[in-house]
Amino acid sequence: MKLQIPVNAPAKPNDYTAYPDASGRFGDYGGRYVPETLMPLVHDLDAAYTAAKNDPAFQAELRSFLTHYVGRPSPLYYAERLTQHYGGPKIYLKREELNHTGSHKINNCMGQILLAMRMGKTRIIAETGAGQHGVATATVCARFGLPCVVYMGAVDVERQKPNVFRMNLLGAQVEAVTAGSATLKDAMNEALRDWVTNVHDTYYLIGTAAGMHPYPAMVRDFQAVIGNEVKQQTLELEGRLPDAVVACVGGGSNAIGLFHPFLNDEGVQLIGVEAAGEGMETGRHAAAINGGRPGVLHGNMTYLLQDDEGQITEAHSISAGLDYPGIGPEHSWLHDVGRAKYLTCTDQEALDAFKLLAELEGILPAIESSHALARLPEICKEVGKDGIVVLNLSGRGDKDVQTVADHLGRQI
Amino acid sequence: MTKSRIEARFAQLKAENRAAFVAYVMAGDPDYATGLEILQGLPAAGADLIEVGFPFSDPMAEGPPIQRAAQRALANGQTLKKTLAMVAEFRKADQTTPIIMMGYANPLVHHGYDAFARDAAAAGVDGVICVDIPPEEADPLADALDASELSLIRLATPTSDDKRLPVVIRRTSGFVYYVSVAGVTGVKEADAAAVAPNVERIRAASGLPVAVGFGIKTPERAAEIARVADAAVVGSALVEEVATGLAMNESVTARVLSKVESLAKAVRSARVESLTV
Ligand SMILES: Cc1ncc(COP(=O)(O)O)c(C=O)c1O
Repeated sequence: MKLQIPVNAPAKPNDYTAYPDASGRFGDYGGRYVPETLMPLVHDLDAAYTAAKNDPAFQAELRSFLTHYVGRPSPLYYAERLTQHYGGPKIYLKREELNHTGSHKINNCMGQILLAMRMGKTRIIAETGAGQHGVATATVCARFGLPCVVYMGAVDVERQKPNVFRMNLLGAQVEAVTAGSATLKDAMNEALRDWVTNVHDTYYLIGTAAGMHPYPAMVRDFQAVIGNEVKQQTLELEGRLPDAVVACVGGGSNAIGLFHPFLNDEGVQLIGVEAAGEGMETGRHAAAINGGRPGVLHGNMTYLLQDDEGQITEAHSISAGLDYPGIGPEHSWLHDVGRAKYLTCTDQEALDAFKLLAELEGILPAIESSHALARLPEICKEVGKDGIVVLNLSGRGDKDVQTVADHLGRQI
Repeated sequence: MTKSRIEARFAQLKAENRAAFVAYVMAGDPDYATGLEILQGLPAAGADLIEVGFPFSDPMAEGPPIQRAAQRALANGQTLKKTLAMVAEFRKADQTTPIIMMGYANPLVHHGYDAFARDAAAAGVDGVICVDIPPEEADPLADALDASELSLIRLATPTSDDKRLPVVIRRTSGFVYYVSVAGVTGVKEADAAAVAPNVERIRAASGLPVAVGFGIKTPERAAEIARVADAAVVGSALVEEVATGLAMNESVTARVLSKVESLAKAVRSARVESLTV
């Protein structure tokens, strides 16, 4: 019988990019654990996405919008003062925060909205944590004239008010979700309930590389533009590939988008950083791989924060975008096969890194991206003086100014 | 051996020319002792089959009433093991009423499918419905349940077209559960006229009895469904009685069982009435 919970490290594959398989599995992870009502829709989406992916006209249209609307390619910036600060390898920042709407989320939204229209869907729903995905979804819905409902945990509505207002300005309806812990996982539950109820006209635009197949693969493909550009840009600037690429991990979309084009380049270390919240030892964190176990939630088998009875536990992070008890299934698999490494970063470390980048480079990073920045000391040491490190600056920190001020005890 | 409880009950009701009334309750709602008392009272109140929900923190196909029921049960310490213990306790006094456990994958994954199937069979469970394990993911669970002679009951839905239906009913036994509305539990209302042809279609394709649920709240609606289906399932309306009982400081057990009595009565007389009309 097939293992229900993966226990042993699976064999190392010959081609890391050959996943998922036809049933949506990365090793034992992934799959399609959804109510029967949604299964025909999930199959339709899979077929429609496969067709679009192989259609040059679709790809050309997407490329055109990414260039002229999103502003791609995003720069690969040599962070000279940050490099000097650590005295070690050259640090490059992939400037996803310069994209339209201020984060990597728009890459995926642009791909999925074009797919939704191709499928004839007339209503868009989404979940959001920090509000970055909600804003990006509201933006593409405004651009293409589609009605948009964004589900957001009531706690997140409170701590990300500017983004709620931005979504409203863009014409989206924001539904505050009070069920459960009133954060991202509950917003996703509510979006799934909406989809089950409105099966005929509605497209569910998931914001991260998680959920049921084909979302983890599809979102990854749309975000792989990040890693593809990084690869080309480092070859142009340095004549070689980086030694390590680093990204923060919530559901894992910016990280997998950065990692994926490098999966078979085994000389490139892949490093994800999970949110350790108040500290791993306190249990109040959002680190699914470092502090969780495999299980099933939101349509996929993956590492999850859960109690001894298989009940999902609340995630805790200063960063609303990382405050999720799961992680995309491809990361779970990359962890088990040992291809990628997952570190953690506490709220306090992220705040310190936020301030450091502002002071040294004149860039306010998103509090999510700050988690990746915070691990640079260890990564630089490991990579060594002559190395090259690329860090994905997944978003800008303007949305987090209030949160940072609160933690510094400042009134603004 | 265990499978026969479901078959025997449907055979008996067929002989009586009436549909089954299926009561859904959340195990341990509002607490273990009261939940057990409700469970033990259900057959006498008129439940022909019982669905025992095992709570999950993130029930993605439930509307607010069952979400809140699960939260009440979890807050009072209900677990999968306690749910199995509750069924075992129920079985001491009742050897004939089929018990179907209904819930979500993760608690089962965590317990281990094989261990769960063995423990459930030992407790006197007859079948399992797992909302977020569709046929594509069901083989490991179906293997485990087969080995313990438990039924895996599948959900057919308004999106189960002729292409999808054969996939849905593969490896199903006991009965097929027709989710009568596209949506979550306890929100939309079932429409008997729209349900009837689907029940016929599923019955013909599966050769099994068809139970209808997800949109039945009142005795009138239950009776309508009982005229066209083999069973009518009510859940949200029962767990709402728990909520109301708690809010009004009344006996929760009495409220739930009295609701069951009125629904069961409507189901029992549905076909008789329709003949005299
Ligand atoms: C700027 C930014 N980075 C990262 C994330 C985390 O998401 P993911 O792990 O899918 O990249 C978010 C989520 O909201 C975000 O806004």
